[in-house]
Amino acid sequence: MMHLHHASRRTLAVAALASAVLCVAGLFVAQLRGQQQPSEIELVISGEPGTPPRYAIPEFVAASPDAAEAAKTLAQVLWDDLNFEREFYLIPRDTYGSVRAARTADQIDFAGWRELGADGVVFGTVQKVGASFQVQVRLFNVRSRQAVFSKEYTGANVRLISHTASDEIHLQQRNLKGVARTKLAFSSDRNREKISGPVQNRDVKEIYIADYDGENVRRITTNRQLNITPAWSPDARAIAYTSYRRGYPDIFVALLYQGLQEEPTRGIGQNFLPVWSPDGTRLAFTTNRDGNPEIYVMNRDGSGLRRVTNNPAIDVTPTWSPSGTQIAFTSDRAGTPQIYIVGADGLNLRRITTTESYADRPTWSPAPFNEIAFAARTGPGFDIKVYDLASGQTRQITFGEGTNESPAFSPNGRHIAFTSTRAGRVQLFTLARDGKNVRQITRDGNNYTPAWSN
Amino acid sequence: MMFTLPGSHFSVRVRVQVRFVLRALALVALVLTMACAKKTPPVTTAPPPVSVPPAASAAPPAPPAPQRVDDALPVPAQPLAEDTVGGRSLDDLNRDSPLKPAFFPLDSSDLDSEGRAVVSANAELLKKYPTWMITVEGHCDERGTAEYNLALGERRAVVVKTYLASLGISPDRIRTVSYGKEFPFDPGHTEAAWSKNRRAHFVITSK
Repeated sequence: MMHLHHASRRTLAVAALASAVLCVAGLFVAQLRGQQQPSEIELVISGEPGTPPRYAIPEFVAASPDAAEAAKTLAQVLWDDLNFEREFYLIPRDTYGSVRAARTADQIDFAGWRELGADGVVFGTVQKVGASFQVQVRLFNVRSRQAVFSKEYTGANVRLISHTASDEIHLQQRNLKGVARTKLAFSSDRNREKISGPVQNRDVKEIYIADYDGENVRRITTNRQLNITPAWSPDARAIAYTSYRRGYPDIFVALLYQGLQEEPTRGIGQNFLPVWSPDGTRLAFTTNRDGNPEIYVMNRDGSGLRRVTNNPAIDVTPTWSPSGTQIAFTSDRAGTPQIYIVGADGLNLRRITTTESYADRPTWSPAPFNEIAFAARTGPGFDIKVYDLASGQTRQITFGEGTNESPAFSPNGRHIAFTSTRAGRVQLFTLARDGKNVRQITRDGNNYTPAWSN
Repeated sequence: MMFTLPGSHFSVRVRVQVRFVLRALALVALVLTMACAKKTPPVTTAPPPVSVPPAASAAPPAPPAPQRVDDALPVPAQPLAEDTVGGRSLDDLNRDSPLKPAFFPLDSSDLDSEGRAVVSANAELLKKYPTWMITVEGHCDERGTAEYNLALGERRAVVVKTYLASLGISPDRIRTVSYGKEFPFDPGHTEAAWSKNRRAHFVITSK
C-alpha cells in the first residue's frame, strides 16, 4: 500500500494502474470478509495437532425420490475426490451409522460427528429440476458448528458438481489446486476392432479421454487405425496425437469442442510423439525427415520449424520444461536409451540419467516441483523413477509390480499417471509423487500412453 | 501419366520374356520327343521270335516276320510351370508372403548374418518381380518402452531398406514405417514370442 501511494505521486499512468489494483484488492478483501463471517479464525478446519483434518461426507439429502441416486453419487465422488490429495483424512462411509442423519442443516448431529472424530462434516442437498440437479454443498466445522464453505451448483453431471466442490474446498481449506476436474487422454483398443489391411489381426487403437478418476469415457478419434501418444494443449481444448491413418505416423491435432482436425506437419516426413509447449503456442515432436529420429519444434500451425537435435543416433519423445526454454528427451547416442536435456534452441546439451541401463519417456513436472519422471529398466520390465533437478537425486516410485511405463504428471505435480501390467493387461494407473495412493483408472481393453490435462 | 509409362514398359518386357521362355520350352519338348523316337523302346523293337530250324533241314528260310510299325508314344507336353508367386493377389501374397521377415536381437537394429541372408533372398525376389513396391515395417518386442520403440522400429526398417538398396533394389520401391511394439505378431510374453516380434516385416503394397 505504501508503495502504491508513493507511486501515485509519480505519474498519472501509474496512478491509474495503482488505483485499479487497489480497487481489485479492495474487492478481494471485501469478498474474503464476506466469506469469513462470522469468525476468521475458524475458516480453515484443522485437525488434531500433527494430523490431517478428519472429514465425514454422509449421503446428500435428496429433496425428492428422483434425486436419490444423485445424492449417493455426489457423496461418494466428493469422498473420493477429497481423499485423492491426502490433505484430509476421510472417515470411511460405512462407519456413519452411529450418527443421527439430518434432513436439514439445523438437524446436524455435531455431537455424534465429534464422537466419530470428525473435524469437518459435509452437509449436501440435491433437488432435481428438469434435466439438471440443483446441489448445495456446505462444509461445517464440527467444533464451532459453523459453515466454513457453502456453495450452490446446478448441472446435469453430478460427478462434475462433486469434482468442482472438491477443487474449491481444496483451494479454500488448503490453498491447493486440486485436479478433480482434470482429464486423462490415452490410446485404447477397447473397441476390439481390427484394422483392415494387408496384414491381419491388428488392433485398432483410438484416442479416448476420461475424467481423472477414469469415469465419463469419450472416444475422440474414429478412423479405425493406429492412434497413439495423445498430448493435451494447455487450455485442454485440443489434443495432439500420432495417427497412422495415412499408413505412416503423422501428427494430428483434434479440436475437441469443434470436432475439427488439424495437420500441422502436413505429411512432411514421418512425425510422432507431439507435446505442447507450456504456453500452447508450439509443439515439440520426433521426426524422421532427416533419415533418423530427431527432435523438432514448430508453431502449432506448422510454421516456424526448428531442428533441436542433430545426431545420427535416435533422439525421441521430447518434453518441455515448465518455462518452455528447455526440452528433455531420450537419446541412445551413448549406446543405450538415456534422458538428456537441451535448450529449446538446441544448445547446452546435458545428460541426466547416468546409472540406468535404459531410460525413456521423460516427462517434466509442472511448478512448484522441478522433476523429470521417466521409465527405467529395473529387471525384466520397467519402473517409474523421478529425477529431482535441484538435488540431482533419483527416486523410484514403482517396484516391479508388472511393467510400468509412460509417466505423465498431473497439472499440480502431485500425481503421476502411467501404464502398468500389474492387473493383467496394460492399464492406466495414477499414483502420488511419493509412490503412494495407487489407483487403477482403466479396466477395459488395453490402454496406453496417458496424458493429463490442465 | 508419367508414372504409368515405366510400369507399362516393365510389363511389356515381362511379356517378351515370357514369350521367349515359352519358345525355349517348346524347343526342348521337341528335341526330347525326337530323342525318344530315335531310341525306340526295347519292347516294341525287340526282334521277333526266330524259330530255329532243325540243323539238317534244307527248308526255305521262313519269311521274315512282319515288321511292326508302332507310333512312338507321344510324350505329353509338360504343363508350363505356372508362376505360383506372381499370379497371386496382394492379399494372398501378404498373408503368406514370399518375402520373409528379418529378425533382430534385443534392443538392436543390427542385421546379423541370418538377417542379411533373408534380406538377400527377398532382394532376389524383388529383382524377379521388378514391379513390386514394398513397405518394410519395423517392429519391436514389449521389453522396450512404447516411445523409444517407435524410433527403434524406424531404425530397423531403415537398416533393411539400406541393405536392400546396397543389393541393387531401388529405394524408390521401398517405404519404411515403424509400428514400435504396437502390433506384436505373437502376443505371448516369452522369449519365443519376443524374438518373433523384433522384426522387419515386408508388405507388398502393389505389383
